[in-house]
Amino acid sequence: MSTTTMTLAKAITAGLDKVLATNPKSLLIGEDIGRLGGVYRVTDGLIDTYGPDRVVDSPLGEAGIIGTSIGMAIRGYSPIAEIQFDGFVFPAFNQITTQLAKMRARSEGRFGAPVVIRIPYGGGIGSIEHHSESPEALFAHTAGLRIMAPSNAHDAYWMIQQAAACQDPVIFFEPKRRYWLKGEVDTENPAADAFKAQVIRPGEDATIVTYGPLVPVALAAAEAAREDGRSVEVIDLRSVSPIDFDTITDSVEKTGRLIVTHEAPTFGGLGGEIAARISERAFLSLEAPVIRVGGFHMPYPVAKVEEQYLPDIDKVLEALDRSFAY
Amino acid sequence: MTNTVHEPSGQALIQLLTPEGERRSHAEYDSYIQDVDAEMLRGFYRDMALTRRFDQEATALQRQGQLALWVPLRGQEAAQIGSGRATRPSDYIFPTYREHGVALTRNVDFPQMLRIFRGISNGGWDPRENNFHMYTMVLAAQMPHATGYAMGIQRDQAGWDAERLEKDGEAVVAYFGDGSSTEGEVHESMVFAASFNSPVVFFCQNNQWAISVPFSVQSKVPLADRAAGYGFPGIRVDGNDVVAVLAVTRWALERARRGEGPVLIEAITYRMSAHTTADDPTKYRLGADEEAWVGRDPLARLEKHLRDNDLADELFFKQVAVDGDEMATRVRVEAMAFPDPELAQSFANVYAEAHPLIQEELKWHLEYEAGFADTTEEGATR
Repeated sequence: MSTTTMTLAKAITAGLDKVLATNPKSLLIGEDIGRLGGVYRVTDGLIDTYGPDRVVDSPLGEAGIIGTSIGMAIRGYSPIAEIQFDGFVFPAFNQITTQLAKMRARSEGRFGAPVVIRIPYGGGIGSIEHHSESPEALFAHTAGLRIMAPSNAHDAYWMIQQAAACQDPVIFFEPKRRYWLKGEVDTENPAADAFKAQVIRPGEDATIVTYGPLVPVALAAAEAAREDGRSVEVIDLRSVSPIDFDTITDSVEKTGRLIVTHEAPTFGGLGGEIAARISERAFLSLEAPVIRVGGFHMPYPVAKVEEQYLPDIDKVLEALDRSFAY
Repeated sequence: MTNTVHEPSGQALIQLLTPEGERRSHAEYDSYIQDVDAEMLRGFYRDMALTRRFDQEATALQRQGQLALWVPLRGQEAAQIGSGRATRPSDYIFPTYREHGVALTRNVDFPQMLRIFRGISNGGWDPRENNFHMYTMVLAAQMPHATGYAMGIQRDQAGWDAERLEKDGEAVVAYFGDGSSTEGEVHESMVFAASFNSPVVFFCQNNQWAISVPFSVQSKVPLADRAAGYGFPGIRVDGNDVVAVLAVTRWALERARRGEGPVLIEAITYRMSAHTTADDPTKYRLGADEEAWVGRDPLARLEKHLRDNDLADELFFKQVAVDGDEMATRVRVEAMAFPDPELAQSFANVYAEAHPLIQEELKWHLEYEAGFADTTEEGATR
């Protein structure tokens, strides 16, 4: 077994390196990803190995980045595009939702556009407007796309490779405030199928479902709850579309209580979809309503107050209290 | 309200055949049509006449309730046949939704195209058979695809010498219109193509009208002039002159193949019909404006040239008309015979790989529909 300690960011770098080394049709494209190595240095050094035709510093235009990626995919290439920040994906929203997502349906299954779109996402980094958002529900609502959000280095290393190998377009949300989170990466034994959720902490009394940047928060909340005598199971979704409802259902049938937490606003968010599905699948097992812990219905707030906006350990514990008190 | 076609700021409109059907020589572009003999000219006429006949039949089918919508191209036949005939089979075309004439030059089967407008398919044909992409309904969304495809060609042809590029090099034609020229994706596609020197020809059919809005609202300068801002050549051509369109498109494609980068062609033409069958041009444009363009009809121009120069006889024109009617009959019969699609097939084409939500919803759908199996009555079909 060859296990290496890596940050989540460097695990993605290593995963991308592997993709570029093994698939000659793969290439990276985005703003500042070449010489600079990306604003978060996730592509650092790759241009030296693979050259500017495979690590492409693009002109500054998101619709152009995704639009040309679609064209290259139609030509037989496997582009992995980078959008610099979550809030800057919207100039490309048309290309992603009306073109990328629909190419396979439009061609009646003859061909699709297997493009991967990497997006550093989420808040908690004290940044300015448009640099802290969680727009995953907007894309999850669009059929034809798949959405992943790794939470740890090992998953990140393998899931970016699974995304690249997938014949469907994948939006790969990278939890930017966890880029420097170190973890053990086993580069020989692959992570589980990227579209399967994982129970990362077993428990008996309640279930917390989350993904991406809030996984460490959920684990810490579960640990704190243990001190109150509550055994809390934590599920890392990993894939946000499709969602592995079987794993959640199995857990809730055991625990009877479900908390869903994400940074994205609660209203219209994926927590609502999970709550509805689980109420259909496991209604008689539920001891309390499914409780969602998400962002407020407001534009992502200014950095000075974002700690009050973001779901944290206390908010998750408060939700658990409500669930147990029901 | 009349529409003003802006005068070119720095260059003349390329025209090799006047509206009166007279051949004009051109120092630069004559060399690109040395092979155009009487037979080829008759071929262009036939292409244009068949395209117009197809357009007429599809319009009739829509009026008879057999198509949900039709997008007429009457008046733009020369721009489409001239540019389409300039391409090689190995070139790849990204059309708008009005390129029925270009489709003919790529041997796309006309009845197949009606699958889109009959509500059977959103794609219509297999683009890989003729390198003619599906119609894109979101204006200009296909433009960056064209540049990206050309970027792929560049990678596939890396290391080729000049001789091989000229012989086997591929290029892309990206079609768009005067209305969609305002869309941001046109701009981004041109910036990317310029920066990477990609082999793509941007072909704009300026038909003067974006549904009801005249060209003067889209631009205060000829669109071809915008190319200078991107750093590649822009050229204005008489879009109703099939010979001139052929010449300039060949020029642009040759230079793209040689690795000299993109070109913007602005073909000045006129949408003689409505935007779609749902449109009513009498609400926004003057009859006099339309009359003026009747005198510039691309088919009449080529017919006059052929007749005045004894390049085609009466029998030829009669035969083209007969062939057009036969084609139209086949289009009608085949289009009406298309089987209705099944919704179940729509589930199959959302994703390439297995997807639990799709599987779950398909299963529910099939079970739900099966529940009606024994309740069909009065010939009702579900």
